[in-house]
Amino acid sequence: MKLKSNIAISENGFMFDPYTGDSYNLNSTGVEIIKHLKAGKTNEEILAELKRKYDADDLILEQNLYDFITMLSHYELLDNE
Amino acid sequence: MKKLKYEKPIINKIKAGVPDKYGMQPKIVVKSEIDGIPVKEIVEKYGSPVFVISEKTLRDTFQQANRAFQSRYPKVQFAWSYKTNYLDAVCRLYHEEGSWAEVVSGFEYDKALSNGVPGNKIIFNGPDKTDEDLKKAIENGSFIHIDHFDELYSLIRISQNSKEKAKVAIRVNMDTGIYPKWDRFGFNYENGEAWKAINRIMLAENLELVGLHTHIGTYMMTATAYAVAASKLAELAVRTNKKFKHTIKYIDMGGGFASKNTLKGAYLPGKDTCPTFDDYAEAITSAIINSEIAPDQLPTLFLETGRALIDDAGYLIGSVLANKRLSNARRAKILDIGVNILFTSFWYEHEVYPAEETSQQTEDTTLYGPLCMNIDIIRESIQFPALKKGDLVVIPRIGAYNMTQWMQFITYRPNVVLIDQNKKMHLIRKQENLKVFKEQEVIPDFLLNKTPLKD
Amino acid sequence: MNKERLKIAVTGLNNTDNPGPGIPVIRGLRESDKIDPRIIGLAYENLEPGIYMKNLVDKTYQIPYPKIGSDIFLERIEYINDNEKLDVIIPNLDAELYTFIKAEKKLSTLGIHTFLPTLEQFEERSKSNLYEFGQKYGVKVPFSKSITSFLDIKNLVYAFDFPVLVKGKFYDAYLAYNLDQVAGYYNKLSSKWGLPVIVQEFIRGTEVNVVALGDGKGNTIAAVPMRKQYITDKGKAWGGITIQDENLLKITRDLIRKTKWRGAMELEIIKTSAGQYYLIEINPRIPAWVYLAVAAGQNIPEALVLLALGRKIEPFKSYEVGKMFIRYSYDMIGDISQFEQLSMNGEL
Repeated sequence: MKLKSNIAISENGFMFDPYTGDSYNLNSTGVEIIKHLKAGKTNEEILAELKRKYDADDLILEQNLYDFITMLSHYELLDNE
Repeated sequence: MKKLKYEKPIINKIKAGVPDKYGMQPKIVVKSEIDGIPVKEIVEKYGSPVFVISEKTLRDTFQQANRAFQSRYPKVQFAWSYKTNYLDAVCRLYHEEGSWAEVVSGFEYDKALSNGVPGNKIIFNGPDKTDEDLKKAIENGSFIHIDHFDELYSLIRISQNSKEKAKVAIRVNMDTGIYPKWDRFGFNYENGEAWKAINRIMLAENLELVGLHTHIGTYMMTATAYAVAASKLAELAVRTNKKFKHTIKYIDMGGGFASKNTLKGAYLPGKDTCPTFDDYAEAITSAIINSEIAPDQLPTLFLETGRALIDDAGYLIGSVLANKRLSNARRAKILDIGVNILFTSFWYEHEVYPAEETSQQTEDTTLYGPLCMNIDIIRESIQFPALKKGDLVVIPRIGAYNMTQWMQFITYRPNVVLIDQNKKMHLIRKQENLKVFKEQEVIPDFLLNKTPLKD
Repeated sequence: MNKERLKIAVTGLNNTDNPGPGIPVIRGLRESDKIDPRIIGLAYENLEPGIYMKNLVDKTYQIPYPKIGSDIFLERIEYINDNEKLDVIIPNLDAELYTFIKAEKKLSTLGIHTFLPTLEQFEERSKSNLYEFGQKYGVKVPFSKSITSFLDIKNLVYAFDFPVLVKGKFYDAYLAYNLDQVAGYYNKLSSKWGLPVIVQEFIRGTEVNVVALGDGKGNTIAAVPMRKQYITDKGKAWGGITIQDENLLKITRDLIRKTKWRGAMELEIIKTSAGQYYLIEINPRIPAWVYLAVAAGQNIPEALVLLALGRKIEPFKSYEVGKMFIRYSYDMIGDISQFEQLSMNGEL
């Protein structure tokens, strides 16, 4: 899964999708995942990064990440390859 | 390297038009303790879900209401509405505060007696009183509030053979300018039925008309309707006095005061719009004082308010069973609190609070109960933070009706705990178990001692 | 004359095809020769056009809907006041008035002045009580009934001839020709504005409106009558003209004297062909067409601000008849960066 290109995100969590004109707000963890996606990382790489960084149960991190990705896909922010 | 504190990733779409921005979002209120006892501790000891009653809130609220009326009127008597919450511990607290008992069935009547309430401090209301009930009430000197002519004639018949005079009042229904009009209980004022009933009682040898009673509706958001009702009852009292030289001893204004819950369909929250005890008291007492009743004959004012007294003292604690995404990606949570124990969620938008600090971000969420039924919805839509399985939630302001109208369905009804004023917890109703239900059931002989599914 | 610097917060910046009164109120204040205002916009939604009208609104803060509860609502107002040190708030939307009226004392402890009807005045004239209101004060009012349940609808045939007007608690009105339509509008209105829904006898005639200001002691400070000349499909005036109608002014002055009305009001009145006047609604606030009154010589927003500050002011004696307003829409250009700033910080 790849984030659509040209998606703009600010440090404050405001995200703008120029294809649809929709905007979103994200919390800091959300911003971080978007940045990883923009950098072309895979879900597995992102998960490993989160596990390394955060004090949280591995399975919860996994569940939350996939839930978040589901939301990105629901909002059509991902390229379907 | 020290790991960082984690927060679940969240993305919310900004809808043009709808305010759901950080700047706007209210701080999430966390309800981590009840009367100084951590919610977690309550659940560790008594399980989840669990009902909690706060003695302090119960007494404070009662005293507030009592003060509102006592400071405006010389003779005031509250009677605890058993149907609102008839757990013995709760009833006894109100009796300790000086409340009489207001009951609407033989079961509630016996419960009041068993709580040590003398018969002459019980008000017996409602359309369902058996002849046995009536006999008992006459003997005990209880106040019988007559609902319909059939009951009036039963009483005339029964009282003929009794040594004691029956102390009676009639329940009056009337137009107070509010909708819906409750005209199914008692005798109507406008069409003259109430006056007819009074006349018939005055002719009956063994009935003594002691009071007039009304109960204009439930969840009354306007105090003025009570002023209309009180002046109509006062008018009946004056008329009775003129014709029969008989003094009415009390006027019973019933209940129906709103609690601060928000009704479904209301635009503004209940805590902003609900009248205060002072508003109700001012409306009722000034209507009676300004009526034509002679000052030396002012009747005692009875009040049977239930909901407004107990709602705030009750809490329901539960926990998250699961998080879900619905097919349209909407966030949903399943709680272990179902509509069977939180009946009032059918008409209130109950507040629901997390019991622990959470992230400040929220999602528009549906809160479901655990029953395998589509109607089991606690909140259709609430801005709610992310909680994980097992996290606790607290629903405040649920003390009225839930612990009487609850249904046993699929599983047992939970423990009810009282927190006393010294922050001590007491179990006041035990969670049901299989034995409780087995005891009520009888298996016919022909089905006993058979085990058809065993090989 | 030296103009007085005042910080005035105004709601109702939704200057759409169903406009709120905020922008017209601000125009009145900007044209005052007594006040030099700093205008603080208070917006509920992020696309309210007033937010982006930088020549009229100096700064906008988002505020939560009153539905959220007055404690949280007032917390936000307090935050804004900490930044801005407000002198006056002019709330312009029906749905927020209850909350502002209840909060009057609290606001005044913060140094914020308002000039609103009392809660009794507000409740008494509410759509669901209007019929009784008319009887009490001797004004003709069409027969109406509040309905709180779907089941009440079928009984309406005994009380009304069709068509009837079906009205929401705060806003919106629809003409219904049969029970099915009533039921449809009932659902629509109750889900949006709560209960009750009001069903009102439909009076045929010309709709005339009066914008007025009472000083709370029975005096009419300002009153300008207007006839709508063209009405949009949303029932809003598109064009209107000030008219000379002594009867309307008399009805207005009588009502203000008898009710001791405090603050602004809009009377909606139907004049029948037989020359009868029926009061169909009282809006307890400034209407969106108030700028016509300003142009006709009665600067009602300015007068309201001065009354809020406790100043003595003389009633307006006259207005120009034949002044017209013609509403138009206009596409402003904004940028996603403005939207971002408002969305993320709640301020612009």
